[in-house]
Amino acid sequence: MNALSAKARERALYLISPVALLLIWQVVLMLGIGDRRFIPAPTDIAVRFWSLVENGELFLHVGATLWRVFAGFLAGSIPAVAVGLLMAMFKPVRIFVDPLIAAIFPIPKIALMPLLLLAFGFGDASKIALVAIAVFFPVVINTYTGAANIEKIFWDVARNYGASQTVLFTRIVFFGALPTIFAGLRIALAVSFIVLVAAEFVASKVGLGYMIWNSWELLQVDIMFVGIVAIGVLGLITSVLFQELERKVIPWKAE
Amino acid sequence: MAGERRGAAVEIAALRKEYVSAAGSVLALSGIDLSVSPGEFLCIVGPSGCGKSTLLRILAGLDTQTSGTINVDAAGWPVQNAMVFQESGLFPWMSVEANVGFGLMTRGVPPFEAAERVEAALKLVGLTKFRNHYPHQLSGGMRQRSAIARAFVTDPGMLLMDEPFAALDAQNRVILQAELVRIWEQTGKTVIYITHSIEEALLLGDRTVVMTAQPGRIKQIIDVPFPHPRNLMTLSASAEFGQMKLDIWRVLEAEVMRARAEEEK
Repeated sequence: MNALSAKARERALYLISPVALLLIWQVVLMLGIGDRRFIPAPTDIAVRFWSLVENGELFLHVGATLWRVFAGFLAGSIPAVAVGLLMAMFKPVRIFVDPLIAAIFPIPKIALMPLLLLAFGFGDASKIALVAIAVFFPVVINTYTGAANIEKIFWDVARNYGASQTVLFTRIVFFGALPTIFAGLRIALAVSFIVLVAAEFVASKVGLGYMIWNSWELLQVDIMFVGIVAIGVLGLITSVLFQELERKVIPWKAE
Repeated sequence: MAGERRGAAVEIAALRKEYVSAAGSVLALSGIDLSVSPGEFLCIVGPSGCGKSTLLRILAGLDTQTSGTINVDAAGWPVQNAMVFQESGLFPWMSVEANVGFGLMTRGVPPFEAAERVEAALKLVGLTKFRNHYPHQLSGGMRQRSAIARAFVTDPGMLLMDEPFAALDAQNRVILQAELVRIWEQTGKTVIYITHSIEEALLLGDRTVVMTAQPGRIKQIIDVPFPHPRNLMTLSASAEFGQMKLDIWRVLEAEVMRARAEEEK
């Protein structure tokens, strides 16, 4: 009980700096320093936020962005895990795939957007494809690293106890790499928001990226801030959910 | 001893292992001739780097010899050998139960039968209550017990043990040694047990092989005269035991010194 309240107190302390920042921001603008048309106060943003919630516009954009992140994340990470594991288990796969990764990984993924528009059109598919590509790299690299660094003793045990290739793949290499895979997935989650919002700036008529870019063109700075805050909140929520998932999936990871 | 079933017989002849790398070649084992009779508990002692672990890994099929032959007759046993490693080697992502049953799962033993055998093995090592725990939730002693259960459950003709209790504290080591001897006396399996402790070799084994420093050769094979079943505590306190320990130490000491001189060169 005591330990719990101590933990709660520590969490509460984490709120001090963001709340202080918001307060200073509000007070400075209320004192008339700065132009509220260009730099809205936190309360202005909150009011606008609420009106966008009420007329449903915010959910339209949030929904579009979330769907693209979700679909692209799955479409990119599932093959990435498979390829990473195969790379660790079979040298020919590694020799074939390694140079491709080395060449394509450093290309800013947003540079592929025009190409993807050509291939998939202006709809959701092109954005989902972009997220998938961006997600693929951190996940494949982490999966391979995790699988390649499984302690030697586990290979020895598996061999001595008669494990087939299938058992090695599904019971040893996959689980042994899982903590590292999850580290890669967490990076990929952040990456997917980053590339998607950038793509939505130019290549979409819906989504948080579009909302931000459009309000910039109309000089509706408060809506812009609502979009930025919404991305931050989504990132936070998905990351917390993700940590919960990780705790469920990797129960053996020592606390 | 539960007699009819006797463990695997092993014949090792002119075994040699050489590691070749860009930096040159290292002779790890040379001229190893050894026969192990069915159901024997054989201990191997030697200075570190004498190749005793290499010998065990070759027997386990985890490494191959450069030349020489190994013949293992494990007729009548479902599995030829099972190894117990120094660090338990339990898979952190599997429960104790799944770890113990691993060698049954890989060999396609039907789940119902496997569950029964795992149950019996857990009982044998006193871990039934911990079946659903993960390895990180266990003490070092419990982890090594699980590893032993994992080896026994496959019913191997021969157990290969590589300093299985070296990482344990003294009390746990004594308890586990006694348990191992008890289980071995019940099952009649052949055991090849690597240790750096002369005392452990004398307590557990029927014979003790003393190996030379690099390259590993067999320096001497000593018959351990103490009858089974043994009480390890009273045995280790006897004068005869102390004398034997000293005799073997004299044999081993020269090798340890030679290995040290080799390292300091």
